[in-house]
Amino acid sequence: MGYVAVKGGTDAIRASTERLRYERLKHGVSLDVRQARAGLRGLVDQVMSEASLYDEPVAAHAIKQAEGSPEEAVFLLRAYRSTLPRLHTTVPIDGTSARVERRISAAFKDVPGGQILGAGYDYVHRLLDDTLMHEDETDVRAWLERWRDASQAQALPNDAGRLDGLPKVADYLRAQGLMEPRENDDTPPDDVTKRALRIPASRSERLQVLTRGQTGTVTSLGYASLRGYGPMLHPTVGELRVAALPLTIPNPLASHENEAVGGSDPTLHADPDDGYYLGEIRITEVETVVPVQEPGGEERQALRFDLGYGACFGQNETKAIAMSLLDQCLEHPDSRHPTHDEEFILMHVDSVEATGFISHLKLPHYVTFQSELDAVRRTHQPDAVSGEEDA
Amino acid sequence: MTTTLPVLTVDDLSKRYGSGCAACRDHAETALQGNTCRHCGTVHALSGVSFEVHPGEVLGIVGESGSGKSTILNCLYFDEEPTSGHAYLAAYERGAADLWTASGERRRWIRNHLLGKVYQNPMLGLNMDFSSVANIAEKMIAANDRHVGRMEARARVLLEHTRIPTHRMKTSPRQFSGGMQQRVQIAKALSNEPPILLLDEVTTGLDLSVQARVLDLIKQIRRDVGVAMILVSHDLAVIRMLADRTIVMRDGRQVEAGLTDQIMEDPQHPYTQELVYSLL
Amino acid sequence: MSRHGTYNFAFLDEGSKREIRRATLKAIAIPGYQVPFASREMPIARGWGTGGLQLTLSLIGPDDTLKVIDQGTDESVNAVNIKALIRSTTGVTTSDDTAEATLIQSRHRIPDKPLRPDQILILQVPIPEPLRFVEPREEVTRRLHAERDYTGAYVLLFEQIMRHGDVTTGADHPVEVHDRYVMAPSPIPRIDNPKMDHGDALILLGAGREKKIYAVPPHTRVTSLAFDDHPFRSEDVDGRTCELCGAEGVFMDEIQDAQHGGTSFRCNDTSECLARMNAHARTS
Repeated sequence: MGYVAVKGGTDAIRASTERLRYERLKHGVSLDVRQARAGLRGLVDQVMSEASLYDEPVAAHAIKQAEGSPEEAVFLLRAYRSTLPRLHTTVPIDGTSARVERRISAAFKDVPGGQILGAGYDYVHRLLDDTLMHEDETDVRAWLERWRDASQAQALPNDAGRLDGLPKVADYLRAQGLMEPRENDDTPPDDVTKRALRIPASRSERLQVLTRGQTGTVTSLGYASLRGYGPMLHPTVGELRVAALPLTIPNPLASHENEAVGGSDPTLHADPDDGYYLGEIRITEVETVVPVQEPGGEERQALRFDLGYGACFGQNETKAIAMSLLDQCLEHPDSRHPTHDEEFILMHVDSVEATGFISHLKLPHYVTFQSELDAVRRTHQPDAVSGEEDA
Repeated sequence: MTTTLPVLTVDDLSKRYGSGCAACRDHAETALQGNTCRHCGTVHALSGVSFEVHPGEVLGIVGESGSGKSTILNCLYFDEEPTSGHAYLAAYERGAADLWTASGERRRWIRNHLLGKVYQNPMLGLNMDFSSVANIAEKMIAANDRHVGRMEARARVLLEHTRIPTHRMKTSPRQFSGGMQQRVQIAKALSNEPPILLLDEVTTGLDLSVQARVLDLIKQIRRDVGVAMILVSHDLAVIRMLADRTIVMRDGRQVEAGLTDQIMEDPQHPYTQELVYSLL
Repeated sequence: MSRHGTYNFAFLDEGSKREIRRATLKAIAIPGYQVPFASREMPIARGWGTGGLQLTLSLIGPDDTLKVIDQGTDESVNAVNIKALIRSTTGVTTSDDTAEATLIQSRHRIPDKPLRPDQILILQVPIPEPLRFVEPREEVTRRLHAERDYTGAYVLLFEQIMRHGDVTTGADHPVEVHDRYVMAPSPIPRIDNPKMDHGDALILLGAGREKKIYAVPPHTRVTSLAFDDHPFRSEDVDGRTCELCGAEGVFMDEIQDAQHGGTSFRCNDTSECLARMNAHARTS
């Protein structure tokens, strides 16, 4: 009869898991994943954006399992994402090909294509609506029928009011010579999930990290930059779009040939007419314009506009705007201000990393603490040892 | 004419911010307004500066802000990269190797062993999270000293030299007055007995009485230690008090150089004349 | 087959494992140098051992025997959790006995029993950068390592000596590896630092959140940073005896005696303690 280790840990974890399940089920209801997808659109969009995984049903599943905690849901999705094989890469998408559902500009009163409010919260009165407490499927069906009838009646003639192919406001500024025209840069973007981020970061790395960032963190940092924690940007939202973006991959058969002749990026030489259309995703895209000084020039220094870019999966307007602000901030590094400090921003916005490290403090640290106890006790010893006699 | 090598030789040092253009690349005076190119906006902070510093000598560099005087020290201490030019230290490869072609590791060696710098802003020269003695020891540690007792003893000696009470050595300089912070910087700069000290506006912003004490200290160090110094200041009175020879800087160029006494008594360049007359 | 569905052996796809091993080989070739790697998101949280976990998963094969400890104990909740995850995706045998294990993943301790050449120790690292407390910016610390500028680490120790008369680092006291790179040994107590010096086993260190892998190959010189006149000192374990097995001179947990007041001590390395207790039982 020898000594055996006390096996407490396994039992404790098992009991804890059961208890957690109880918390999810104690009201006697199991959340329907379809209902989560349908009724928690804001959370689904937030979670897809932070996980950088576009899949509404899977996001809804994660939300159910995480009991609605964005921290836990994003974690589930990221872990899932990291097991998925990468089969294809889309061809670069021209944003103007998107079919807008919502499109506004704060820079101009009217823009080609019009100011389209779409479905947004901007002008909603934040008053709790009692009727929602009793809304049931019958009400929903009846309302949807009325909605469809009304839409039919108002259907616009074909050519007017097109929602795709709308020009970008930024293009107008470029045509006017007020914004620096940029050469198309076809360098394949860096992928932060395949290669660790290095500071200084490339712009593609910067944008990826920001779009995957925690909504609250990105928002707060953008807010700080507006309030003056950094040289004032004076940003204006040139354009905000919530749009359906069509996704195309290069012909998978043609790309094998391309690789055979030593091409590494199948999207580069892809024939745009030879692609396969996959479908659409909904994104939020923001282009913010800020005045900046033109370099050099005659004695009087001219101003021009530069662009801050924000884009997220799903409808995440606040985050996309904040992202566009931070994009501009980081375009002008300044170590005196945290909002212009690339390392400070990019290293701390990720949900999984931030929440993981914070929560790790709950892990036992008694060995390190024991070590610290020793160090602290030593400083109280009357003859703290030093190598030399006292002078 | 002495055959001893100058402690430091600087040859044709230039520094510009911006890429320059055909008009201003050769520092053609006509292209520049002040130190900025009319055509491309490039700032020529330094244009072809050359000088020597001899053993035990104090060289003053005087000029307004924007004259480029601090930029000279920044380049010598490797805080900034010059656009072109050469510098030689007698103590480094016997003056045969250009400092500005040295590798990163060599530069750090030179900086730690052969140079000492006192910044105008003590926040740049000191770490306020550490005690004064640790700040002084930092330079010695950077020069690979690994004996606490020896470093502590040397720090005490330096604190005495710079008239900082040793019972305050374990206090962070954050809690010191401006004048005392400068003295900690001086102690730190001297810790490895470098052949040359770089002093950048060390008394600017201090009360007059405090200034006087710091200047007095510098005079004493010069007497006792015999280290060569480059003393940068916009204040001609300070230069007059301490510098053996002086360079006058304006818009990145040397407009006059010579013995301090001579420049004071008989300034040649109109700009120098302005400076000197305003002193009287 | 776990209830989590079908996953590749050891969870990670083979491509990921190869990439991690490549980074590991580079780390072994440059002892103490932090090699960046594309750290995957894992089913356990960042900060909870994903770095160590990725190392283990990239190395483990069906014939391995795995030991996982946290705070010196096999039964610590976190260790149990990690073991369960690895077991569910590999079916590999686990063991509490250090001598039986071929792979040992550990948080905050190096086992008391000396390791053999056929064993690999994998340590979980929260903050891989030994200079982080002197310099928050990664851009700068990268350059400091390249230029071998470790002044900051020594100034920190100097300051402690000035203020307190002695070095006051607790765990994670920085070490110099192979006379070149200064490295964070992970938050192991100082008493474990000497175990890294000229060991027989390969030691790998993984920081998942910070995305770094580094290594101490066998027979490598590892010295804890110290001054000539202030030699490195471990925790003081004199006068402490394990109340269970009677051991002395090993790292112990301090236990507050709820009943009688006062303090007692027990071996932190529980499997070694158990082994000693059983050995006594056999001989008595």
